[in-house]
Amino acid sequence: MNFDFSDDQKLLQKTARDFLEERSPLAVNRNVLESDLHYDADLWSAAAEMGWQGATIPEEYGGAGFGYLELVLIAEEVGRSLAPIPFDSSVYLATEAILLAGNPEQKKNRLSALAAGEAIGTLALAEGRGEVHPNNIETRFEGGKLTGTKLAVANGNTASFAIVAAKAGDGVALALVDLSADGVTRSPVDSIDPTRSIANIEFKNTPAEPLGDAGQGWEVLQRVLDRGAIMLAFEQLGGASHVLELTKDFTMGRYAFGRPIASFQAIKHRLADLYAAVELAKSNCFYGAWALSTDSDELGIAACNARVSASTAFDLGAVEMIQMYGGVGYTWEYDCHLFYRRAKHDSVVLGSPAEWREKLVQRLVAKNAA
Amino acid sequence: MDFNDTPEEAEFRAEARTFLDKHVRPLKPGETAGGVLERDDPEIVKQAKEWQACKKDNGWACLTWPKEFGGRAVASNLNVVWNQEEGKYATAANIFGIGIGMLGPTIMAHGTDAQKSQHLERMARGDDVWCQLFSEPSAGSDLAGLRTSAVKDGDDWLLNGQKIWTTGAQFSEWGMIVTRTDPNVAKHAGLTYFIVDMKSPGIEIRPIKQINGDSGFNEVFFSDTRVPDSNRVDAVGNGWAVALTTLMNERSSIGAGGGGMRAEDLIRLAQDCTLNGRPAIEDSAVRQKIANFYVNASGLKYTGYRTLTALSRGTTPGPESSIGKMVGAPMAQELGSFATELMGITGSQISGPQETYLGSPGLRIAGGTDEILRNILAERVLRLPPEPRMDKKVAFREIPTAPPGK
Ligand SMILES: Cc1cc2nc3c(=O)[nH]c(=O)nc-3n(C[C@H](O)[C@H](O)[C@H](O)COP(=O)(O)OP(=O)(O)OC[C@H]3O[C@@H](n4cnc5c(N)ncnc54)[C@H](O)[C@@H]3O)c2cc1C
Repeated sequence: MNFDFSDDQKLLQKTARDFLEERSPLAVNRNVLESDLHYDADLWSAAAEMGWQGATIPEEYGGAGFGYLELVLIAEEVGRSLAPIPFDSSVYLATEAILLAGNPEQKKNRLSALAAGEAIGTLALAEGRGEVHPNNIETRFEGGKLTGTKLAVANGNTASFAIVAAKAGDGVALALVDLSADGVTRSPVDSIDPTRSIANIEFKNTPAEPLGDAGQGWEVLQRVLDRGAIMLAFEQLGGASHVLELTKDFTMGRYAFGRPIASFQAIKHRLADLYAAVELAKSNCFYGAWALSTDSDELGIAACNARVSASTAFDLGAVEMIQMYGGVGYTWEYDCHLFYRRAKHDSVVLGSPAEWREKLVQRLVAKNAA
Repeated sequence: MDFNDTPEEAEFRAEARTFLDKHVRPLKPGETAGGVLERDDPEIVKQAKEWQACKKDNGWACLTWPKEFGGRAVASNLNVVWNQEEGKYATAANIFGIGIGMLGPTIMAHGTDAQKSQHLERMARGDDVWCQLFSEPSAGSDLAGLRTSAVKDGDDWLLNGQKIWTTGAQFSEWGMIVTRTDPNVAKHAGLTYFIVDMKSPGIEIRPIKQINGDSGFNEVFFSDTRVPDSNRVDAVGNGWAVALTTLMNERSSIGAGGGGMRAEDLIRLAQDCTLNGRPAIEDSAVRQKIANFYVNASGLKYTGYRTLTALSRGTTPGPESSIGKMVGAPMAQELGSFATELMGITGSQISGPQETYLGSPGLRIAGGTDEILRNILAERVLRLPPEPRMDKKVAFREIPTAPPGK
């Protein structure tokens, strides 16, 4: 049994943490939040120089060719520091989609730009409130032209290209589209976490190319989302662990009724529960990392476990953090809201935990029947 | 990352299976392993002892114990491999957990050479069953508040008082007891730890019926019960330190108490039950609930893998291993409760889920309540400040035990 990361992998993680502690303290996140920047471009290029964006991209396409076990540990640190870079949509989703379904030409054109941080990719999925389902996709992709409107596209303000789920004939296809192309209108909308800026994007007869085989779009999308869910779960895990540490330290230093508030059982027990939630998430994330790195049959179930568990831990942490900080926790000046924003954004950006619970049961029922 | 056995683990697993195949049969589908003894049935006690002796004679008992005490000194990861394999077979009840898991290590750490040679080998072989006489009617979570007294009388000690919730006392040969030897000093300082022969005159054992109808535990009364001084474990007044050794071993041996039912069983049940004219598994509230159980149960399972990895490498598992019972026991209760409700009117008939429902409250109390486990986690793992204490520096006899005027 060896259910842990190797020493080399942990060293890489430590390097990532040190780097982000220096280059991306929470002040950097706040700076992006309070301006119209959408992300920190310097940090983004520095990350690319270290090979983060290209972690899983083969070297022939300009990637660093590390591997998934390395990437998830970087993700954990990105999540821990709330780094304001569009890592999620670009690295976990767009890159993954092209790796999984791209033709040689697409790989050649897109992957090196992604690895170098010159391109930012995203997925454009939602068209209305609630889950994304083949039945509620109306955007059409026909004759190389894309028409329709996508909502709350992650990093929609900054992405250079999008992978769009659209109807082609009766099925769902994925269309790869440059966001600088004709017939694209982006409208920025307010994001719950402005360091993950979002936009509604309208396509009107926009030229686009198919990604992957026609008719396979939905399946490919599910695979991309499963893989992305595991990577994002590590970000959530990093965020949740950081929240636990900060909240613990705060409650030790804050005195009330002549005692540190951390000595009150009502506080202690909730921190113990948060600790348990973080550890459960960590274990489920580890399992996800294993499934991802081995492309296991368990990947679908592991992705649901990791996503639900990590969302639960980060959401719980963010909620409890503000409560345990008291009044200052509800101020703009304190950092609690940075976590509170990111936690909720992360919970919904790949579909809500409720959707992933539903997916989990579908998969378990299928597995039991097999 | 790799879930496969190391070559050493694989070899040990194969060896274990060979032994098990020779002596016991694999479980049939739906059958559960021997588990713990709840009723005072001499035939079950006899079978349990025979199976333990068979394991001992073939080198499969007390695997982690040092060889000099009848163990095999294998690393903890191999012990886990053994437990996994033994759990797949229809073995006899295990009535040796408290002794081998908790009291044996206490004797090794604090006992005299004479105590070690008198007891450990017999304990390992299952010749003697042991019980833990700690809790009292007024001292459970606050264990150090116990009142059973031990007073020196020549070379003996005279014990008087009452213990309660003593699992297995009815068929135990020996017990380990914490007593108060000095009520005039602070609470933790006045305690002394003994080994007691359960057949001694002056001991009366009365079974207590649990909420599930079983009688696993007992009240034990001591009236002028003689215990020779040679049965004292460690120094007079040092009982608390010895008791802590027992408790540490207790918390590491009580794992994630699943309480029988698993999330997968719940799926099958939900396919069988109907809600709103459809199989309940199609109901989305039911599905959401099942998913949560599965995610948390998986988290516990993989936390166990992390612990096992640390053990495989010969390092100490991290603090994450302490969440098992704290998360697992309430989850078993919720699972039993939810599954019972899913069954509608027939939910009131005892089958699997009802047993989980009736048994799980005990899991949340035995070996430290949910609240005490949270205190321990908060103080030892998260290093939060300890509870302020009203009783620490006061002589034991002056500590209030009830509302004023009662
Ligand atoms: C199935 C079973 C088997 C057992 N087997 C044995 C055995 O073999 N040997 C043995 O010695 N004992 C045994 N016990 C006893 C067990 O260890 C105690 O029941 C347990 O420690 C709780 O003590 P109590 O029952 O006195 O409850 P109390 O300590 O009175 O607790 C009552 C409630 O108060 C809460 N509480 C108490 N102190 C605190 C605190 N500081 N902060 C917050 N909440 C607190 C508890 O969490 C609980 O909810 C067994 C119990 C059970 C249920």
